[in-house]
Amino acid sequence: MRSSLSGEDFTGSAMKHLLHEFEIGATVDVRCRKSSLLGKGFCAVTTEARRPPPRRRFFALGRNELKGLFWQVLVVGIALAVIGFLWSNTVTNLSARRITTGFAFLGREAGMPIADSLFAYNPRDTYLWAFVVGVGNTLRVAVIGIVLATILGTLIGISRLSANWLLSRLAAVYVETLRDIPLLLQLLFWYVLMQALPAARAAWRPVEGVFLSNRGLILPAIPIGSLQLWVLGTAVLGLVAFYLVRRRLIAQQMRDGKPRPAWPFALGLIVALPAAVSLVLGVPWTIEWPQLRGFNFVGGLTLAPEYFALLIALVTYTSAFIAEIVRSGIQSVPRGQWDAANALGLRRSFMLRQIILPQALRVIVPPMTSQYLNLTKNSSLAVAIGYQDVVSIANTTLNQTGQAIEAIALIMAVFLTISLSISFFMNWYNARIALVER
Amino acid sequence: MTVIADTPDAPRAARRPQAGNPALRWLRTNLFSSIPNGILSVVLLAILAKGIFSFAQWGIANAVWLTPANDSSACRAARGVGACWAIIPEKYRFILFGTYPFDEQWRPALAVLLFIALYYLSTRRALWRRELVYLWIGALALISVLMWGGVFGLSFVSQDRWGGLPVTLILATFGLAFGFPLGILVALGRRSKLPAIRSLSVLYVELIRGVPLVSLLFMASVMFPLFMPAGFNIDKLLRAQIAIILFAGAYLAEVIRGGLQAVPRGQYEAADALGLSYWRKNRLIILPQAIRHVIPPLVNTFIAFFKDTSLVLIIGIFDLLTTAKTAIIDPAWQQFSVEVYIFVAAIYFVFCFAMSRYSRGLEATRR
Repeated sequence: MRSSLSGEDFTGSAMKHLLHEFEIGATVDVRCRKSSLLGKGFCAVTTEARRPPPRRRFFALGRNELKGLFWQVLVVGIALAVIGFLWSNTVTNLSARRITTGFAFLGREAGMPIADSLFAYNPRDTYLWAFVVGVGNTLRVAVIGIVLATILGTLIGISRLSANWLLSRLAAVYVETLRDIPLLLQLLFWYVLMQALPAARAAWRPVEGVFLSNRGLILPAIPIGSLQLWVLGTAVLGLVAFYLVRRRLIAQQMRDGKPRPAWPFALGLIVALPAAVSLVLGVPWTIEWPQLRGFNFVGGLTLAPEYFALLIALVTYTSAFIAEIVRSGIQSVPRGQWDAANALGLRRSFMLRQIILPQALRVIVPPMTSQYLNLTKNSSLAVAIGYQDVVSIANTTLNQTGQAIEAIALIMAVFLTISLSISFFMNWYNARIALVER
Repeated sequence: MTVIADTPDAPRAARRPQAGNPALRWLRTNLFSSIPNGILSVVLLAILAKGIFSFAQWGIANAVWLTPANDSSACRAARGVGACWAIIPEKYRFILFGTYPFDEQWRPALAVLLFIALYYLSTRRALWRRELVYLWIGALALISVLMWGGVFGLSFVSQDRWGGLPVTLILATFGLAFGFPLGILVALGRRSKLPAIRSLSVLYVELIRGVPLVSLLFMASVMFPLFMPAGFNIDKLLRAQIAIILFAGAYLAEVIRGGLQAVPRGQYEAADALGLSYWRKNRLIILPQAIRHVIPPLVNTFIAFFKDTSLVLIIGIFDLLTTAKTAIIDPAWQQFSVEVYIFVAAIYFVFCFAMSRYSRGLEATRR
C-alpha cells in the first residue's frame, strides 16, 4: 500500500490509524479533495486494490483489539467484583439474620387480608395465590386503564385540533395541567375526594341504579354464569369469523375493485348468532340493581374507592400524554393528503378512516406503546392508597417474611413480563400498520 | 363530535369576508363557524361558567383565609361550602421545610433560591460552556454546606431532619447531576463495538426501565442494608438518591442514545481520520452534537423525573409531597387536605410548567 499526503501536519499516528481502518482488503476509494480543515489540497491515494486478507492468529491481536479486550475485561471485571461483593455481603447478612433464601415461603399460608380482588381469596390461602391475586389486581387496573386512557386521550387530542377555539383551549389547559403535576399527588387528591364523598345512606345518584359514595362506585351488573359465558363465547367466535370474512371481502375488492358491504356479516355473526344461542338456551339476562341495605349496598358491581381513585388518576394522567401523541400524529399527516382526499370528493368519515388515520397511526403507535408501559408501571403507585396490587402484596409479604430479595425479584419478573408482552403486541401491531414501501 | 380544523396552517380568515366588527368576526370564525360548532360553544361556555362559578364560590367567596394560630374552628364551620386556605399560612413552614430546625429555616430557603438560580443559569445558551460544570459543582457544594452546616458557625443539621421542597430539589438535581454522566456512559456503552460492554449496558437499561420506580425504591430501602457489609449503613435519603440516580441514568441513556444515532456517520469517520482517541472523539466531536439534538426530549425527561421524585413518599422520605401529607395528619386540620394538595400541586406545576415552556421554546428556535 502506498500513500502520499500533501499535508505535512497529517501525523504518523493518524496515518497508522487510517491504515488500520483499511485493513479489510477491499478496494479503497480515496479521492483528492480540498480539505477545509487543513486548508490546502489533501490527497490520499491508496492503490493495490486487493491485498490478501491478514492472517489471523489467536495471539496476534491488533492494537485496537487489545485495547478493546482490555476495556471489556476491565468493565466486566468491575461489574463482577461489585456483584460478588454485594452477593457475599448478602449471604453473610442473611445467615446472620437467619433468613433462608429460596421461594419455599410461597407455599406457606399468607394470612394477609386482601379487601378487593379479581379472584376469590381468603387469608388462609398461600403466598403464591396472594401474588396471583395481586397480579390480577394490577392487570385489572392496567388493562381497563389503558382502554379508557386511549379513548379519553384520543378525544382530547382531537379536541385540541378542533376549529372551535374554546374546545381546543380547554383541551390544552387539561393537558398542561395534568402533565405538570406528579401522578402520586393526583392519586392522593382523587383518593381524598373519594373519602370525602357522602356515606352510603346519602349516596349520590347521578343516574338511576348508579351510586357514588365513600364506599366507591356501585353500578348495576349482569351476573355472568356458565350459560352467559356460552353466549359470550359465541360472540367472540362470531367476531373471529367476521374478521376472516372481512379479509376475504377486502381481498375480492382488491381484485375487481367492487366494494362489498361487510356490515351484514357483522350483524349476523356478532349480534344475531349469539342472540339465537341465547334464545335457544333460554339464558336469563336479568340486570342486578344495587340496593341499599342497612349501611351498605347489596348486589351490583362495586368499584372500591381505592380502585376507582387509582383508575381515575391513571386514566386522566395518561390521557393527557396520549392526547399530545394523537395531536402530533394527526398534524404529521401532510396537508396534501387532506387536499387530495377532498379533491376526490370523499366523505369526511371515509377520509378520516381511510386516508388520515392510517397515516397518523404510524406516528402514533410507537410513543403510545411507551405510554401503555408507563401506565402499567405507574399502577404500582397503588401501594400509596392501599389498593392491593402486586407491588403492595409483595411489600406486605416482604414485611411479614423478610424475604426481601425474593419479593422484589417477583415484582421485577411480573413487570418485565407485562412490559415485554405489551412491547411484543405493540411491535406486532406497528409492523402491521407500517408503511409498505413500493 | 368535534370538527378537526382540517388544514392546520390554512389562513382561516381568508375564507370569510373581511367585514364587520373584528371581535364579532373573531367570534364567528372561532366559536360559531357552523351550527354544531355554535351549539358546542354554548354548551362548553355553560359548563365552564358553572365550573368557574362554583370554584370561585368555594375557593374565594366562602373561603376562610386566616384564622388565629392553631384554631381551625372557622374552617370547620365553613366545611363543605368554602375552602380553608388558612391551613396554608398555618402549615407552610412545615410543608416547605419539614422538620428542619425552625430558626435555621433560612438556610433551606436560601438553598431553594440557589437551586432556582442554578436552573435559570443552566437555561442560558450563552453559558453552555465548560464553566457551567464548575458552576454546578460550586453551587451544589454551597447547597450542601448550607443544608448540613457544621462549618462557618452554622450549626450541624443531620439529613434526617431535612424535609420539604429542598429535599425534592436535592433528589431531582443530584439525581440529574449524577444520572447524566452515567447516562452518557451507558449510551456510549450501548453503541460500543465491544460485545461485553454493550450487553452490560443493554441489560442495565432494560432492567431498570422494565420495572416501576417504586420497586427500585423498595429495593433501596429494604435490600440495600442486606447488600452492605455488617455495621455499614448509609442514610435512607442517600439510598433513595442512589436509586433515583440509577433510574435517571437508564432513562437519560436512552434519550442520549437517540442523539448519538442522529449524528451522521461522517462525523465519526472524520474524527477517526483525525486520529482522535475514542474518548476525545466523543468528547470533542460526537457528544456536543448528539446532546444538542436531544435537548427538548432531555428537558421532557427532566420534567418526568422531577415529578417522579415524589414517589419517595412511599418509602417515607420527607420530600414536598410527604411533608404535605404529614401536615394534614394533625387532627384539627385533617379535613382540609384538598387545599394542601392544591397548594403543593401549584408548586410542582410552576417548576414543571417553566421547564416545559423552556423546552417548547427551544424546539421553536431550532426550526
